[in-house]
Amino acid sequence: MKTYKSLSISNPDELVFGISPHTVSCGNGLVIGAGQVFPEINFTLPTLLINEANWQSVISHYHEICEAVIKRSTVLQVPGLVIEFEQLPDMSMNPEWGAEITCLIKQHLDELYAATGIPNALRVTVVDLRDTDQPPLLRTGESCAKTLEAFRLSAQAGADILSIESVGGKEVHDQALLYADLTGIIGSLGILAYRDVGWLWGQITAIADEYKIIAGGDTACGFSNTAMQLAGQGMLPSSLAALDRAASAPRSLAAFEHGAVGPSKDCAYEGPIIKAIAGVPISMEGRSSCCAHFSPLGNIAGAAADLWSNESVQNINLLSGSAPEAFMELLAYDCRLFNTASKSNPLAFRNLMVDSDLPYSPEALILEPKTVIHIASEIVKQTGGYLQTKAAVQAAYEAILSAQNNGRVQIKTAEKVWLDSVALSLSAVPDKEGDALEYLLATYGSFFTPAAYGL
Amino acid sequence: MMIHDILAQLTQVVALGKINKNTPLPADMLGQDGASELAFRALEQGITPQAILNDGLLPGMSIIGEKFSRGEAFIANMLISAQAMNAAMEHLKPYFASGEIKSTGTLVLGTVQGDLHDIGKNLVKMILKGDGWEVIDLGTNVSSEAFLNAISSHSDAIVGLSALLTTTMLNMGEVTETLKKHNPETRVYIGGAPVSQSFCQEIGADGYFRDPHSFAKSLRLD
Repeated sequence: MKTYKSLSISNPDELVFGISPHTVSCGNGLVIGAGQVFPEINFTLPTLLINEANWQSVISHYHEICEAVIKRSTVLQVPGLVIEFEQLPDMSMNPEWGAEITCLIKQHLDELYAATGIPNALRVTVVDLRDTDQPPLLRTGESCAKTLEAFRLSAQAGADILSIESVGGKEVHDQALLYADLTGIIGSLGILAYRDVGWLWGQITAIADEYKIIAGGDTACGFSNTAMQLAGQGMLPSSLAALDRAASAPRSLAAFEHGAVGPSKDCAYEGPIIKAIAGVPISMEGRSSCCAHFSPLGNIAGAAADLWSNESVQNINLLSGSAPEAFMELLAYDCRLFNTASKSNPLAFRNLMVDSDLPYSPEALILEPKTVIHIASEIVKQTGGYLQTKAAVQAAYEAILSAQNNGRVQIKTAEKVWLDSVALSLSAVPDKEGDALEYLLATYGSFFTPAAYGL
Repeated sequence: MMIHDILAQLTQVVALGKINKNTPLPADMLGQDGASELAFRALEQGITPQAILNDGLLPGMSIIGEKFSRGEAFIANMLISAQAMNAAMEHLKPYFASGEIKSTGTLVLGTVQGDLHDIGKNLVKMILKGDGWEVIDLGTNVSSEAFLNAISSHSDAIVGLSALLTTTMLNMGEVTETLKKHNPETRVYIGGAPVSQSFCQEIGADGYFRDPHSFAKSLRLD
């Protein structure tokens, strides 16, 4: 297991899109993090049941999507391309189905490389089925076996990069988040999720090594993006979603401690913190993902991106063409801007992205390069997921308070009262991991099984 | 203390989320009676359980619900109010069992087959429980047969279906058809990012709600 005791990037001005200390070479000649930002296109099916009767229709959709996005990326002469095939639950529950589509997409990418020389890679993201049982078993049982089998068959079928949106700890985090319970949030992410990510990525890395492909990275999507969406709907304070984002970084970093090398997953908005610590390339999504969900991070998300993604778009027709083709064009033009700026004044372009979002949301503040480095440096001072998570939340809270006091970030009136109460809540968060675990067991014991986390 | 005073107090503590005397929040009510103590005292004073529920507890939930609708409170405030209400309800449980007061209703809830998303479903569960509903949570990836089985043993229940994927939302139609075939009177409600009012009408469901609170609010008015 690798541990990070110092930062790979400690100067905020070196936390820039397109450049990572540790580049990743993968797929058909693609090198990520070596100076350019590449589009990472992702797509999904329109309203359609996935079953044996519809399987040929499913296959036809993926053929049609690949043809469309490859045509658009060729016309626009993208400097490189990543296709992410994010499996749908049925495709991981029936891993041979996911493998068939993996193979199909890989063939399209190989043909693209042969015909045009455009470097490319295929990321396959397997659905984490392991929380099918309640409480989740995680390390044992059929759903765990299926999840790992889906990775293996995807690797065999031609995946270049493996990823997952893992869910260990979510069963407790969901509860804690809704009650705005900071001890519960820090414990679920720092103890449970951190342990599960470490275990799971040990398995994924072994499969990636066996097939000589890349163990990409994880995302706290089910945790902090849930918080972001609930905050966007006014259900949670935006500053709570911001603290949750910071809290998710040590948990996602655990994948890199156990062999992942990047690029991290597009919906891992904690990516810049990971990049500062581990020096790995990251995928990010911002305004380009409005086809899948809204966010307060549309521009600032691009500040440190090495891949630029659209999250997911249905294969439906628009006036211009299919939605995946249209979003391929959008990503291609965004990447032209990134890569043209890289040649002249990348910092000026990065700062435009940062400054244009920063005043409107504490969630954006967490992605500001100075704040990223502050949080990252507090994380590496600590040992172990729990203390790292606690330190990340404390650092993020200090950053929000400071930005509120000097008027850099707007805090809505309704959440000022909540923010005032955070100091008290934080002071109650135990210093010792064992005490925090006791709290989790006492408060949320019916939702999780310690053995599922090796406890 | 007059009857209306103690009921008004109950309404207030539920709205503020004061569960019992020992709970630390709200900070300015430290050591004061919460919903649990006040409900116990109300029963001692001979106030009927139905009045405690209808004129004390439920109005408190309405107040916090309205504040939430206006953007003046968060889901945590609603859930803590729901905990306060549940603490009071513990004292009323025997009267439910004897039939002296009626529960708000029963909701059978689940995410449809092929779909593992559950945060929206869980929110519905927590909020409706706070409103006094008995919630039978079937979990995620739930088949039509499982919904039918649950309804068979709870014939008066309403059903809530959740889905987050374009590839699973169609299963809501199958569940609705199965349940309506069994009993046309069974009310089926749907929610989730890809669904809409027109989809609701298309599959013959009885209602679509964008968020858990609007669902709860609608049921309160029912």
